[in-house]
Amino acid sequence: MAKKNGGGPATAESMAQQQRDISVSEFFLKNRHLLGFDSPRRALLTAVKEAVDNSLDACEEAGLLPELSVDVEQLAENRFRVTVTDNGPGIVRQQIPKIFAKLLYGSKFHRLRMSRGQQGIGISAAGMYGQLTTGAATRILSRIKKGKMAHAIAVQIDTRQNKPAILSDEEVAWRPTFQAVDAAGQPDGEPAVANHGTSVSIEMEAAYQRGRQSVDEFVKQCAIVNPHLTLHYRLTLLTKAEKEGTTAPATPASGLKSQASAPLTPVSGFRVQGSGFSSQVSAVTYLRAVKDMPEIPQEIMPHPHGVELGLLMQMLKDSTSRTLRAALANDFSRMSDRTAREICERAGLNPKANPTRIAHQESEALYKAIQDTKLMRPPTDCLSPIGEAQILAGLQKEIKADFYTAVTREPAVYRGNPFQIEIGLAYARPQENEGLGNEEPMRVLRFANRVPLLYQAGACAITKAVIGVNWKNYSLSQPKDALPLGPVVLLLHMASVWVPFTSESKDAIAGYAEIIDELTLGLQECGRRLAVFLHKRHRALEAERKRSYIELYIPHLARGLKDILKLSDKEEGKIVHDLKKMLEKTHLDV
Amino acid sequence: MSKSIPSAPEIISKKAAAQKIVTVAGEIHTDIVKKHRKPEMSFPIRSLQNVRYDVKRGHFEILGKTATRTLSYNTVKTFAQSMRLLATTKNDLLDRDDIAGKREVYYNSKSWGECRFDEQPESDTLLDDIEAMLAINREQLGYIPEERGGEVTGPLVVIDQDPGSGKDIHIDCTKLGTGAWSIPSRVEHLRFEAGRAKFILAIETASLFQRLVHHRYYEKAHCILISMSGVPTRACRRFIRRLADDQRLPVLAFTDGDPYGYCNIYRTLKAGSGQAAHINRFFCVPQAHYLGVTPQDIHDYQLEDATHPLEEADIKRAKDALKNDPFIQHHKEWQAALDHMLKLGVRVEQQAFAKHGLNFVLDTYLPDKLKKAKFLP
Repeated sequence: MAKKNGGGPATAESMAQQQRDISVSEFFLKNRHLLGFDSPRRALLTAVKEAVDNSLDACEEAGLLPELSVDVEQLAENRFRVTVTDNGPGIVRQQIPKIFAKLLYGSKFHRLRMSRGQQGIGISAAGMYGQLTTGAATRILSRIKKGKMAHAIAVQIDTRQNKPAILSDEEVAWRPTFQAVDAAGQPDGEPAVANHGTSVSIEMEAAYQRGRQSVDEFVKQCAIVNPHLTLHYRLTLLTKAEKEGTTAPATPASGLKSQASAPLTPVSGFRVQGSGFSSQVSAVTYLRAVKDMPEIPQEIMPHPHGVELGLLMQMLKDSTSRTLRAALANDFSRMSDRTAREICERAGLNPKANPTRIAHQESEALYKAIQDTKLMRPPTDCLSPIGEAQILAGLQKEIKADFYTAVTREPAVYRGNPFQIEIGLAYARPQENEGLGNEEPMRVLRFANRVPLLYQAGACAITKAVIGVNWKNYSLSQPKDALPLGPVVLLLHMASVWVPFTSESKDAIAGYAEIIDELTLGLQECGRRLAVFLHKRHRALEAERKRSYIELYIPHLARGLKDILKLSDKEEGKIVHDLKKMLEKTHLDV
Repeated sequence: MSKSIPSAPEIISKKAAAQKIVTVAGEIHTDIVKKHRKPEMSFPIRSLQNVRYDVKRGHFEILGKTATRTLSYNTVKTFAQSMRLLATTKNDLLDRDDIAGKREVYYNSKSWGECRFDEQPESDTLLDDIEAMLAINREQLGYIPEERGGEVTGPLVVIDQDPGSGKDIHIDCTKLGTGAWSIPSRVEHLRFEAGRAKFILAIETASLFQRLVHHRYYEKAHCILISMSGVPTRACRRFIRRLADDQRLPVLAFTDGDPYGYCNIYRTLKAGSGQAAHINRFFCVPQAHYLGVTPQDIHDYQLEDATHPLEEADIKRAKDALKNDPFIQHHKEWQAALDHMLKLGVRVEQQAFAKHGLNFVLDTYLPDKLKKAKFLP
């Protein structure tokens, strides 16, 4: 119902005055939660995540081993600057404004290929969020090759028209620079300088908080799931005193190391001082563990079974083919000429009809015919799994454990979309990993197309699948309807040309039965391997316990015999020696 | 009561006992270092399952069943403790002619480090094992019981020895006033003079014993009174046996009329126990007979309204005895008595006679029973 306008009832004319285009940007403004900007803390993470996703996608597509720096800098109580720099191929000058300041602009939405980003909303949404909360522009530095100057561009988004507004545009002699730090957070060697790359910097209203949903956790999980990535993370926080505007305590210029902090947060910190400001800086470098690039995924046509009626109509309309049969055969995967003809027959349509002319009723018949036709599963070379060896390398790099295993399942299909499940499991040493213990729920790290998912764990198919497995079969205790307990880190990755997120903020994977099944099978395989390990370890511990028990009493037995039989020390020693040999032989064979 | 009386048990010298320990230890040593096999210790199994009622000798005789403890992960601690306990027994008790109580054994082990006993029952059990393994009762190894051995009064002179000088000491058990003489833990060396006594009356409860002493019943009945205070200790059993053998006196037992009084107190007094199966021949009084209180006495002395219902444990005990106790199984009279009691569903105490007057028991009941002389075997 239309709203009342002024005194009298609304008329069609008065209502028409209210009716106008809603720009996507305006829509976003009112629905920022849909894109992951609902809280200041989350906004910081989302901005980092979108920038890192873009950088990694660009590097991999260009076949470059990625090196990134992520710099999070607190400027005021609730104001932060996020800067992400990569050694990727760079962006040509003309594209920069559109990529960073136009929503729904990108290369990935229109094709079915596995990539981190999907819709072309992320980075420009982050920029717009910054613009809305601070008024600051998104600043981009990009250089495409040696010998060329870099472009330094500041853009804002025209929210009414969803168009970029360029504030400044100049050429500068910039090159991406990466400073590695050692375990103590101190600079480690000379900075590495790349010939090309992109740096994006966004100022925004945000909040920083440690923990499972922090930027710290995100970059660490990125490093685990992208073992071919080198990532430098630097977090600069203002101290309490400054934030309140009081004079900062005099601190040494540098070199004051803080205590090693939690393993999942930057491992060191030092203070810097300058012009009345002092900041707490912590830095960490995650070095790459493997030098192999992930396979570049192939782009595929949509599989007919994964296409809904509306999209089918759109595709027919957009087709460049002149006949229906050709349109079906050319624009879809797994559709041979023969199958196309068969479908046309089943739908009662002329294979030679013009695809753009296929009327509504006819496309519905076509849709039904497609669903009724048995088709080959979609090709799976469009997927680029991380790989078992790489998962192990990533886990071994960041989690100190006694046992690691990884499973990469064969590709499977849900609704015509190929996908592949990968699972890594580490049985950690509790004392060396914070938050892991025999009585703690296991840690579940969720990834979709190599992107860590930190929010809405409960709504995610991955969590549901983990809880659905009976871990008691694998020697872990598990409360009813909850995660099992134990010092276990589980890494679960879903690779797909189209990951079915439950919302645009890309937090949780929808629970299609095919996906849950694949997850379950992979988890069970990991579980079986874990059980074998735990069983062996239990037996080894048991043997060790028995050994020390036996060795505790044998000397007393010998001492008693010595006292009764008046034996020499040497004879006593022989008794001890012989008894140990005898008992260990029969009681400690593992 | 003219059955053949078994001879007194042999007394093993401390030297021989020590030698037995050396032999056991030597075998274990040889097994380990020469034969390279796991050493073993074997003991006779000490339970009613492994005894036979030897009718001729009148006591439980142990059967051949033995338990073998082979050295293993599970037994290594016990094995080590056994060796250390044997070493202590030999070196500290036998070689030095010393004695120790069970509780002292337990505390003594506290110097053994990891090998120590955590609770006294552990050391008690092990002591029983060693006793059985060596087939020497622990008193002869130098271990003295903690519990009291019972009390004696009546026309009896006990000839003991002064521990220091070794001189004889004559104890006249009629001249102890209102008290009584305590049976010591070791009775092998005692001699007796009891010319005026006609029989020995072994009494379960101390209070009834006190009543009989108070009224000098022993003078009237010419008997030696012994208070057992429940199941008689080894020393008490041994004392009665030696006294009865030595003075050729019949023994009568007077306990509460309940399954515990019959199957535990009286049966242990007469035939020994399963627990001490390996040494019953020393600690039994085959010449004993049962005076009362029998189930029939409940009717004969109108005690129906002075009884208590049998409790669950009583019923279980009686049924167990009927099923498993070789002594009860041998004696039809006892089976009849237990069945009778189960049928009545009641038990009766020694003190129940007070219903008819405090001294009814010594004025009427005891003389009556002695006159009838119809005792349970």
